[in-house]
Amino acid sequence: MRMIFALIAGGLFGAGLYLSGMTDTAKVQGWLDVFGNWDPTLAFVMGGAIVPMAMAWQVAARRQAPVAGGSFPAPPEARLGRNLVVGSVLFGMGWGLVGLCPGPVVASLSYGGPGVWVFLAAMLAGMAAAPFVRRRLDSAVPAE
Amino acid sequence: MPTDWIMGLLGGGLIGLGGAVFLLANGRIMGASGLIGGLVDGSGRSNAGERIAFLAGTAGVPLILALLFGAVENNLTQNVILLIAGGLLVGVGTRIANGCTSGHGVCGISRLSLRGIVATCFYILAGGLTIALLRHGLGVM
Repeated sequence: MRMIFALIAGGLFGAGLYLSGMTDTAKVQGWLDVFGNWDPTLAFVMGGAIVPMAMAWQVAARRQAPVAGGSFPAPPEARLGRNLVVGSVLFGMGWGLVGLCPGPVVASLSYGGPGVWVFLAAMLAGMAAAPFVRRRLDSAVPAE
Repeated sequence: MPTDWIMGLLGGGLIGLGGAVFLLANGRIMGASGLIGGLVDGSGRSNAGERIAFLAGTAGVPLILALLFGAVENNLTQNVILLIAGGLLVGVGTRIANGCTSGHGVCGISRLSLRGIVATCFYILAGGLTIALLRHGLGVM
């Protein structure tokens, strides 16, 4: 059952990314380009996604357990930390350079052309390297 | 263009619905970088099947939609160095920050997580500055 729910959730995510135009790097870079021809589409996508998700969090708070068993995620951590900021800045730089983030990469694998696969390979390499980078960061400047 | 905004709102609604199903059915946070990254570094081995099923849906449904209604023009750069640099930064950054646009952005902001809000501010700021510097400062891109 968990597999079927995961497939449905992933399918809705993919359909939303396709329909919203978020696999178009020009729209993403257009949102980030406040000094150019600014494109507000991404804000509509974010708003459209946050509303049902906020309702889901409300429902989850009133339920004992998820439908397929297990437990709901723990409340968010309050601690911000250096890694959150450093990681988000690195991510934002890559996002700005190319206009792709992890969800749209997966969603556009079929129709995005070979460049998406090159980006995916580099992204997976970066993810594999992340634990080592994090350890180096921690030994150079302890997080807390 | 208003049509793009309406499609954005509708598509966003489907993204949020996907996150709602994943949370209420499986008790999981829909974060693309975490779902992929856990498969890459082995931290998600205990629930790899669920991760693969989610990602199969994320890749598969757009494939079907593209066959039915046509592909979305993605205007992706052809510059291999940019693609590799961007991919590496996105891969390392999202794993160090423990989230990306879907996890910190959609799922974090919607539960008013301070971490999600702060992460989103920083990656939008960094992305905006990157574009401002490269496109308007140096005139490349």
